[in-house]
Amino acid sequence: MAKLITTPNIADADAFYAALMAAHEGCSKEESDALNARLVLILANHVGDMNILLQALELARQKA
Amino acid sequence: MARKIFEIPLYPYRRHPDQDESTPVRHPVIVIGAGPVGLAAAIDLGQQGVPVVVLDDNDKVSFGSRAICFSKRTLEIFNRLGCASEMARKGVQWDTGRVFFRDREIYAFRLLEETGHKFPAFINLQQYYLEEYLVKRLRALQEEGRPIDLRGRNKVEAIGQHDDHVTLEIATPDGPYNLEAEWIIACDGAASPTRRMLGMDFVGQVFADNFLIADVVMQAGFPSERWFWFDPPFNRGQSALLHKQPDNLWRIDFQLGWDIDREEEQKPEKVIRRLRAMLGEHTKFELEWVSIYTFQCRRMEHFRHGRVLFAGDAAHQVSPFGARGANSGFQDIDNLVWKLKLVLGGKAPETLLDSYDHERVMAADENILNSTRSTEFITPKTETSRIFRDAVLDLAERHVPVRPMINTGRLSVPAIYDGSPLNGPDSNVLPESLRPGAPAVDAPLSEGWLLDRLGNGFQLLLIDTEAVPEKDLSGLGIEPVALSADESPEFAERYLGEAGQAVYLLRPDQHVAARWTVYEPEAVIAAFRRATAREEA
Repeated sequence: MAKLITTPNIADADAFYAALMAAHEGCSKEESDALNARLVLILANHVGDMNILLQALELARQKA
Repeated sequence: MARKIFEIPLYPYRRHPDQDESTPVRHPVIVIGAGPVGLAAAIDLGQQGVPVVVLDDNDKVSFGSRAICFSKRTLEIFNRLGCASEMARKGVQWDTGRVFFRDREIYAFRLLEETGHKFPAFINLQQYYLEEYLVKRLRALQEEGRPIDLRGRNKVEAIGQHDDHVTLEIATPDGPYNLEAEWIIACDGAASPTRRMLGMDFVGQVFADNFLIADVVMQAGFPSERWFWFDPPFNRGQSALLHKQPDNLWRIDFQLGWDIDREEEQKPEKVIRRLRAMLGEHTKFELEWVSIYTFQCRRMEHFRHGRVLFAGDAAHQVSPFGARGANSGFQDIDNLVWKLKLVLGGKAPETLLDSYDHERVMAADENILNSTRSTEFITPKTETSRIFRDAVLDLAERHVPVRPMINTGRLSVPAIYDGSPLNGPDSNVLPESLRPGAPAVDAPLSEGWLLDRLGNGFQLLLIDTEAVPEKDLSGLGIEPVALSADESPEFAERYLGEAGQAVYLLRPDQHVAARWTVYEPEAVIAAFRRATAREEA
């Protein structure tokens, strides 16, 4: 079974984070919620593997 | 306008000699309800030579279009019952679907069907036509002397369960009389009086909703397509569906939500205002029939209660998305009748009927699951689920990969009875889609179709095997059907896959009981005993 990557995997983490913030710039809460939902759907399709997606959902559900 | 079929009594009341007997006459099987599922039960029983009486409190087919989408499996079942060709001829299909979100079309798709089947994936046909064809078939069987007795305006008022029979008190225009039956099949619909009289209710109601359904006559030229709207301007926060039916009739379903004023919603001026907004100011239409339909999504805990067997909406109900209501009712009958016939003939123990409960409860759960998922998508229950639903619809317009998530209903397909107590051995080199529990899939033969050759009794399908069944196998009533992979590429692909030969034991409902890659009489006999509940594996 394929495993979710749980080590850093984005070469320039700061650049990604900045891009994520920029994408939400000027959005209302409602628009940001919609954008996030679209982003989840686009990324989920890219991943494709149901096992990976379930592991990611499980990890995301864990609270600090 | 000419009188519609649903205005004419098709099985008017006639006094029956049973009503003059001083002691109640006992019948092997009484079917309660002459809706489509009850009629299918009567035809199947009568065709197999099992005497059957059908009691219905009405004398006409259903009013308005009601169920309109009938699946391939339904047509295959009616093909076995000798009345599919008229349905397939009259029914219509759409080949383009369009999905709308709020005020715009987000995408259109072509329906691509797998080829090599006698029947299409579905047809749209008004329920009253389907019922009319079933009554015609029933009458034709009666002409041939088949033991079917359809009694209109015979209302069952009380039921008594006993060890070896059931008693019924029946009201007629001539007053009451009593009957007895060895077995009852209750097909008396969602509000099933039989269920109520036996003091049984549903377990766990999943959800409920209301639909305004309308049959609208439009001029020819309006496209023969399926249109589905999410949150349209003419029905905010809800959905709407437009479907083509025969006779230039279109069926429109407006979802209304749970908390509604039924009187108000059905007022013609209100309905016509909705239709104008939906079809455009310039489309000419005539409103033929309008009704409010309430559905609930739930099932009985068990479909067998002693000598009463529940089928169709009486046993289980789903949302209309996916056409899983009537279609699953016919599969109930397909599953039940051969079992009842064997039990009545003393060829199988009564416990065979428990497999009806097992297999069809499983199928009902699958239908409820699919129907619940569709409803969750169409009517999001929380703010977050609405955000995701809307995101799918927003994205779908420009990002093709999310389109499979759009759920406007997943069309009824027959259940595969995985884990059924009747299933025998499997061979893992044969195609998974035809594993034990699965319905036989149609395929073209050098002459005709495979499913035309199957059903009504146990059969052994032998494909390119060297050995042939011995006599004692036929002694069990198993008919050998020897075919070659050369029949058609579809047949070879569906039944053999990579294997060079195969042996399938098929039940009378065309479902696979067991399969092997070599023919061994002892293995077939053991699987046959298991499939008739005479032996544990």
